[in-house]
Amino acid sequence: MSRAGTCAIAGIANTPYTRGTDKSTLDLHLEASLAALADAGLTPADVDGVLPSASAGRTAEDFILNLGLRDLAFAPTAHMGGASLISSIQNACLAIDAGVASCVLVPAGRRGYSGERISAGRGVMEPIMSTLVEFEAPYGNVGAAQWFAQAAQRHMHEYGTTSEQLGHVAVTCRAHANLNPQALMYGKPMTLADHQASRMITTPFRLLDCSLESDGAGALVITSADRARSLGRGDALIAGVGEAHSSAPTSITQKPDVAVVRSLQVAAARAFAMAGITVAEADTVLIHEGFSWYVIAALEALGVVKPGEGGPFVADGNIRLGGPLPVNPHGGALSEGHVSGVNHVIEGVRQLRRTVEPARQVPDCATVVVVNEGNFFDGTVLVLEKGQ
Amino acid sequence: MSSRPMPPPNPLTAGFWEAARRHELVLQRCACGRFRHYPQPLCPECYGGDWSWVPVSGKGAIYTYTVTHRPFHPAWAGQTPYVVATVELPEGVRMVSDLPPEDTEAVRIGAPVEVFFDDHEAVTLPRFRLVR
Ligand SMILES: [Zn+2]
Repeated sequence: MSRAGTCAIAGIANTPYTRGTDKSTLDLHLEASLAALADAGLTPADVDGVLPSASAGRTAEDFILNLGLRDLAFAPTAHMGGASLISSIQNACLAIDAGVASCVLVPAGRRGYSGERISAGRGVMEPIMSTLVEFEAPYGNVGAAQWFAQAAQRHMHEYGTTSEQLGHVAVTCRAHANLNPQALMYGKPMTLADHQASRMITTPFRLLDCSLESDGAGALVITSADRARSLGRGDALIAGVGEAHSSAPTSITQKPDVAVVRSLQVAAARAFAMAGITVAEADTVLIHEGFSWYVIAALEALGVVKPGEGGPFVADGNIRLGGPLPVNPHGGALSEGHVSGVNHVIEGVRQLRRTVEPARQVPDCATVVVVNEGNFFDGTVLVLEKGQ
Repeated sequence: MSSRPMPPPNPLTAGFWEAARRHELVLQRCACGRFRHYPQPLCPECYGGDWSWVPVSGKGAIYTYTVTHRPFHPAWAGQTPYVVATVELPEGVRMVSDLPPEDTEAVRIGAPVEVFFDDHEAVTLPRFRLVR
């Protein structure tokens, strides 16, 4: 399939990112949805597709009820955890190209601090985790930090990746967040020494290797490229999408090689083939990173560097703003907020619109690659290109 | 003190837990000879549904691990740090286990381990410890 930019992200919005909220997850999703529609110059009456977020417990009915959606034609739900958002974008494009829907709302977000807070033992075990519940939870392997930590530990063993290299990812994301007033960690600088001194959570992850437990939501409005242009919102063309499901799907520790995110290699190949680009053409890469190590793993999976070269690559400053490949100019889940990856897509659109703070605008930004990660190493990749 | 979460066996997995109760480690082996874990209905190599529980030695090696300093479940409050290890068995499968506290300092990737059986009221957990 060749997409060639037949669809676009015409509307984006997010709620504030906070640590503590009185709002429900649904409140947050609705607030972001209305604002994203307004951003596109549309209203709920235009929406004929909505792709709810399974991991936030939302259904199409929530949006029919609250947004008065009378003629909803399309409402599938992706079950890829944090990789679901880009899968939903792919579904939206397929529906629009097929004429099944014309204006698709994609809300996402969570109450990761006030609600399903993992560090407080309030993580949600979805049905896909049943084997983990039976064969790993009794042994105390209950948190995503522990699953990813075991992958990172193996990566260190095989390639010599170091804690300092993980720290360079965290420090870079923090430096970017300090240019971004809406980031949760704005005004809170951090050094490599701070990273190294932060308390150990689960080896090799220190506190500052872990993404922020935060509250917030974002939403996207996807429509045909032609309609987006007529709305004056044709900046963010969807050039390619790729989705890949990992095997074994039951657990990170069951992967044939946990040091490599094979599903992301496959998803990236699909997205780049569809967009007709190589990763070398990316002006910025936005990686939904639960943990610092995942940025290194993702750069290797995308083919930016070879397996094992990710650590030295980030330590050499290559992913900083002003470097050859800026990563997460918004601060990412590590320092802007963990909002199920939707903030990464929103930042990508803002970079193409050139509406971010000048200090973190990637010069001449025309090609954006967004990576979402979810479940046990499911991978999805989105390529956005600057349109008119 | 909260106790560790116990496995909820189902008809497919009951044989594994019944064997553990007898202090025996068994793995699913397909008629084609391939071992698999966690239990599943069909062999992903030959798609056959003909399989049996086969006793294995329970000797293996650490494939990867993490030393957890923060309890992610109330059962491990006051018991940190503890090691969660992924163990590779010669049958070509992996199992997850926490290690006994005395192994926390010595754990290394590649270190040999052996199974032991941790009896609880209703369930026996096969667990692993370092071979010294
Ligand atoms: Zn077979």
